[in-house]
Amino acid sequence: MSAIVVRDLSFTYAGAEKPSMENVNISIDKGEFVVFTGPSGCGKTTLCRCLNGLIPNFYSGNLQGEIKIDDIDIKGKSTAELATHVGFVFQNPENQLFSLSVERDVAFGLENLGIPREEALQRIRWAMEATGILDLRYKAPYELSGGQQQRAAIAGVLAMRPSILVLDEPTSFLDPKSAQEIVGVIAKLNRELNLTTLLVEHRLDVVSRYANRVIVMDKGKIALDGPPSEVYDDQARLIGIGLPRVTMLFHLLRRDGFPVARNPITVAQASDELRRLIRQ
Amino acid sequence: MISVENVSFNYPGGPEVLHKLNLRINDGEFVAIMGENGAGKTTLVKMFNGLLRPAQGRVAVDNIDTREKSVAQLSRNVGLIFQNPDHQLFAETVGEELAFSLRNFGFKEEVIQRRVTNLLTALDLDRYATSSPFVLSGGERKRVALAAILVWDPKHIIMDEPTIGQDYLQKDRLRNFIMQLGSQGKTVIIVTHDVEFVAECKPRVVLLSRGRVIGDGSAVEILTNSQLLDQASLVMPQIAMLMNELKDLAIPPAIIDAYSAREFLKNKLRQLIAVRPPKER
Repeated sequence: MSAIVVRDLSFTYAGAEKPSMENVNISIDKGEFVVFTGPSGCGKTTLCRCLNGLIPNFYSGNLQGEIKIDDIDIKGKSTAELATHVGFVFQNPENQLFSLSVERDVAFGLENLGIPREEALQRIRWAMEATGILDLRYKAPYELSGGQQQRAAIAGVLAMRPSILVLDEPTSFLDPKSAQEIVGVIAKLNRELNLTTLLVEHRLDVVSRYANRVIVMDKGKIALDGPPSEVYDDQARLIGIGLPRVTMLFHLLRRDGFPVARNPITVAQASDELRRLIRQ
Repeated sequence: MISVENVSFNYPGGPEVLHKLNLRINDGEFVAIMGENGAGKTTLVKMFNGLLRPAQGRVAVDNIDTREKSVAQLSRNVGLIFQNPDHQLFAETVGEELAFSLRNFGFKEEVIQRRVTNLLTALDLDRYATSSPFVLSGGERKRVALAAILVWDPKHIIMDEPTIGQDYLQKDRLRNFIMQLGSQGKTVIIVTHDVEFVAECKPRVVLLSRGRVIGDGSAVEILTNSQLLDQASLVMPQIAMLMNELKDLAIPPAIIDAYSAREFLKNKLRQLIAVRPPKER
């Protein structure tokens, strides 16, 4: 079953001359880990906003086409209804956290959904365990590091038991080690809960190893779609996405005429391939 | 010259953020200040234009103690671009945003118009001159915030996390722009987590951790020191990791970016597989 089907989707923000997204068609299966990338202004944030109903409920404009999530047409559904299907994590956790304790923050969405107390408590605990922040539950969000805040934000959406997690550059504000940790947490949730994951990212060096699929958007359209090692080819470089540096190195070596076979996406793959080349 | 002498600082009621910190940055230097979230990087650079004053110790810009001048006076020579552009932008249009400070500094209207136009073009923002900054994308707003500071041509330029939200082409453009500023003799200080960007620009790197300088040296020296990086919650650039993996093949550890790696491997591979010249694909 497809978790998400997007058909002929176009959107023009109110007051804008050109559409931010044009004729987008995507089908994503349950449990996939998809990385969305592309130059800034390519339409990837716009697409995410359509998936959780922020477009057209919050951002007005001209929306055409169809989106089905878990086989439900989302047209006319409120952002609150969609929240139990699609969990949304923003770039800056400070925009998402506001309570006096982590636990209260994680509970907020459930309270709004009117979940009974016993079940809510169970879910809150489960979400905090899954993201590794149970020991931080009585802390205030401002006492946490950026990485911990982002975990709390993820726990908050996870508690609503969405079948799909959409994260819009969740590592931007984090130092590299915290960024790796957060991406690790996301990959674990994807694997263990079979949670369909859409991750918008520029930092392909950190996320590529977990993704089974990369979708590159350019100028409001889908430009490339496939497994990372196939997508990270010459065209991706020309569109201007920041390939992992080991992939870039192999592009350069190939241009120099060396018979490098594939596009490595991790250091280990690059190292193996170079050794193979040298042994030949 | 910016000199930080024995500076300690804490926010009211909070723990110590900077501890007896010493640092000297000469005119025209290009420096990256790196370190974990909360290391004190932003606090440190806010001292450079007087937004914060040291609790103990002394910060001097061009030999003037920052405590003797107002932020407005210091800003003429020290331009600080915030991490979050929304903390900085307020005007109705992008053009107005840039003209605002020039008017405050008392520039003539014709000079203002010329400078605004030049800078908008240089940062690929000219088509937005009459747009509101708030309809632009995050990456574009960051460039407006940068332009709004560069427009008055400060001598020392500080950018807090300039690469966040920027795609690869814009980072490339930013890198060229920083190099240009350097060739004009400007001091450029960036606060960043972006190890790959630093590996490609190769500035002097000052590594902070918990309010202390734990490393100060070339990008190659710092970004290949796994122990220091670990302490500051950073990771090695991918190419440095790759070279480290291959060190049994007599690969020097001082390579941290793809272009240098290519040059080295090209020669190395040509020697090794000289008998069979590589086929064109």
